[in-house]
Amino acid sequence: MEDQQHHHIIPLKVYFSVIALLLVLTAITVAAAQVNFGPWNTVIAMAIASIKAGFVLAFFMHLKYDNKLYVAVFGTALFFLIVLYLFSWLDTVTRIGVNSIL
Amino acid sequence: MSTANHATAHGGHHHAHHYDSAEHEYNTSKFGTWLFLATEILMFGGLFVGYILFHEKYPEMFHDGSTFLNWRLGALNTVVLLISSLTMALSIYYAQVNKKNLTLLNLYITLGCGFIFLIVKYIEYTHKFHEGLYPGRWFNPTEPEVQEMAKHLLDQGHGHLNMYFSFYFTMTGLHASHVITGMGLITWLIVRTHRSEFGPQYYTPLECVGLFWHLVDLIWIYLFPLLYLIG
Repeated sequence: MEDQQHHHIIPLKVYFSVIALLLVLTAITVAAAQVNFGPWNTVIAMAIASIKAGFVLAFFMHLKYDNKLYVAVFGTALFFLIVLYLFSWLDTVTRIGVNSIL
Repeated sequence: MSTANHATAHGGHHHAHHYDSAEHEYNTSKFGTWLFLATEILMFGGLFVGYILFHEKYPEMFHDGSTFLNWRLGALNTVVLLISSLTMALSIYYAQVNKKNLTLLNLYITLGCGFIFLIVKYIEYTHKFHEGLYPGRWFNPTEPEVQEMAKHLLDQGHGHLNMYFSFYFTMTGLHASHVITGMGLITWLIVRTHRSEFGPQYYTPLECVGLFWHLVDLIWIYLFPLLYLIG
């Protein structure tokens, strides 16, 4: 039980910097949504959300300092989520209409 | 059960007999938690994929639907959850440096943030119910303008407005059930912290519940812009 002592302890300063950044990014995404960028609205909002998610995973969830096995597990889930999306998307764009004569 | 896994006074935790060491137990618990989080991603993922595909098919309907949500309340809840994620992480930090009272304080703040989140959700839900904005077949708007909007969307081939509320209630409802689960787990952590069971030698439950709580935050980070902002 003494061997838990060498776990990496993230300094408080890092935690407070991350929360400040997350709050700023939230403000940016709200501000960006007030402007109409057309189809880019979704891309911008998802990009900012992904940056925020990356910081939560890396620092609050300690992935940056942890065993990379956990990154592999989580990455696998994300990979298969993308597979699910791509095949579902292919299905919807390659269908022909009910009344099509093709 | 065996006596191998027992907690003694002053937080002494002995690892269970089927582990080689406390480190082995800690790593196994965390690995199991990450596997569980992977299944959570896939569960929410199905809803996200459905949302994105229907959003591509009926962008006008989703846009009109999102106008019924108050982005200020959504943003407030985003900030509340982000702060709760910080305090959750801080509770682990203070366990690592053996400051029991600060661990407790941060756990209580995290729990409080969960309550605020649910109160805001309750305000939003009751407001929708009041206007008849229910999901699916129960969609029955009381305002004539909303009835007109739904009819117009349908006539233009933009889909049923009720689908937006089906996604809204299913996604935020599943998420809220996770917030409630997390609050239950945090309550359990508070009880155990009061009993001085955690410290630099042993804080596995804090770490694993923390991972779950951060995942709940992570999902909201995507739900907020998808539902409230871009619609």
